[in-house]
Amino acid sequence: MRVEIAGESALILYFGEQATPAVSARVQQVAQALRERLGETLVDLVPSYASLLVIYDPLKTDHFAVRAAIHGLPAAGETVASGEGRLVTLPVYYAEEAGPDLAALAQRAELSIDEVVRLHQQTEYRVYAIGFAPGFAYLGEVDPRIAAPRLATPRQRVPRGAVAIADRQTAVYPAVSPGGWNLIGLCPQRMFDPDAQPSMPVAVGDRVRFEAIDRERFLALGGELGEVV
Amino acid sequence: MSALVVKQPGLLSLLQDSGRFGAHGVGLTCGGPLDPWAFRVANRLCGNSDGATALEVGFGGLVLESEGDGVIAVTGAELDLKINGQRASQWRSHRIAVGDRIELGYARTGTRAYLAIAGGFDVAPRFGSTATVVREGVGGLNGGPLKPGDRLPFTVPHSVELWQLPQALRPRYGDAATLRVVLGYQQAAFSREQQLRFFQGEYRVTDRSDRMGFRLEGPAIASSLDGILSEGICHGAIQVPADGQPIVLMNDRQTIGGYPKLGSVIALDTARLAQLAPGAIVRFEAISQEQAHNLNALAAARWQRLTLDPV
Repeated sequence: MRVEIAGESALILYFGEQATPAVSARVQQVAQALRERLGETLVDLVPSYASLLVIYDPLKTDHFAVRAAIHGLPAAGETVASGEGRLVTLPVYYAEEAGPDLAALAQRAELSIDEVVRLHQQTEYRVYAIGFAPGFAYLGEVDPRIAAPRLATPRQRVPRGAVAIADRQTAVYPAVSPGGWNLIGLCPQRMFDPDAQPSMPVAVGDRVRFEAIDRERFLALGGELGEVV
Repeated sequence: MSALVVKQPGLLSLLQDSGRFGAHGVGLTCGGPLDPWAFRVANRLCGNSDGATALEVGFGGLVLESEGDGVIAVTGAELDLKINGQRASQWRSHRIAVGDRIELGYARTGTRAYLAIAGGFDVAPRFGSTATVVREGVGGLNGGPLKPGDRLPFTVPHSVELWQLPQALRPRYGDAATLRVVLGYQQAAFSREQQLRFFQGEYRVTDRSDRMGFRLEGPAIASSLDGILSEGICHGAIQVPADGQPIVLMNDRQTIGGYPKLGSVIALDTARLAQLAPGAIVRFEAISQEQAHNLNALAAARWQRLTLDPV
């Protein structure tokens, strides 16, 4: 683990150069341990693929004390249990009317649409990071056969619930927003609901599986075929 | 409950408290006032706690009408403040009564004014804070800027004294600032020459600056990295995209991102940056983290000692 200064009241911890499930589990483990150790001197934490940003209150502590807490953590492997996360299943209506890039992605991959849909469902993804927008969970990693680069020109409007692929990541758009990822379907489950408790169905470190549903089921679950611009 | 009714919302008027913390894990950013000192002074002039919900009035143009008696104060950007058509001073509290019309003209110097009311605006917090972040649709009355007809509720406190900030302590917002930077993040990927270029260069605030980030224009700098694995972005982080033009990330920044960063501007100075209009000049100066800690401690001690004059 490498510790760098991020700002006057923030340190960033790097756990590796690559995002792997083991690295991600370690990020979670350290986040949890620091939350306990730093108590009210901690302002917030931002876990990501292979790093953890630790923001502290500079009037209650300083970087020496925060570094000391970090160096005093148990080494990796001593407490592994917390890294697994929950398994969350998200329903997806895969179809060209719900995923305008599905056909192009299949063609690019030289696969049938059914095969793309099958490959997207067969992987158990890990929530590596949450950001970009509230509730936007970066899930990895998709089968290399269906990995696809971002669109050359991002769309102005991607509907809420859009299930998308960019490189080897996949995600569900939590709200209507601009976006450059390849859209392959729609998920009726709200990914961010400020009025719900918890506000998100997943957290960093959780595992996600996608499960195909048909149009009827999608609509019954409250899904909406939003406009794509 | 009394309320101030929005007659004219102004360009970007937002309900803010001191910010939203502890919710980065679901992707929610901080929000909060861009100039926390002016925000806190407005609250103190009204006898409020430092983090009471007040208005950040971006660029001015706000007109309110009161449905109750109360005490208000306006600080920050220099503008024409009028109560019932009469000029009124900023940096002091004023009594208002039912039917009073409060007008904030457009900012002449500085860009963000703050309007506090005794007792604070009574708004339900979301995720522990009332801070409005428009991009996320969270905070304030309904996640957005003030609209005509909005009612900003407040509870009239029993008795409030009127105060003013001593003249000598009132800030002057200019058109240039030197921003102090704590080096960090990917700073090692910026060569000595590139860092020299950055710290000796003059940058101009562009009109593509907002509550998310201030985009600057000046000598392009490059790092040896194309991009990085997305990671947490702290307040004031100086992000350098491929075009080499730095962006200083502010209160509404996204919580994670993948551009290389040279370090971060300290909060005392992002507050000064936030008051600069497009075209203003900024320079950067590197300081150590210990110096930053000292500056914070000093600022906190000054804040503790700050005494207001009775009106």
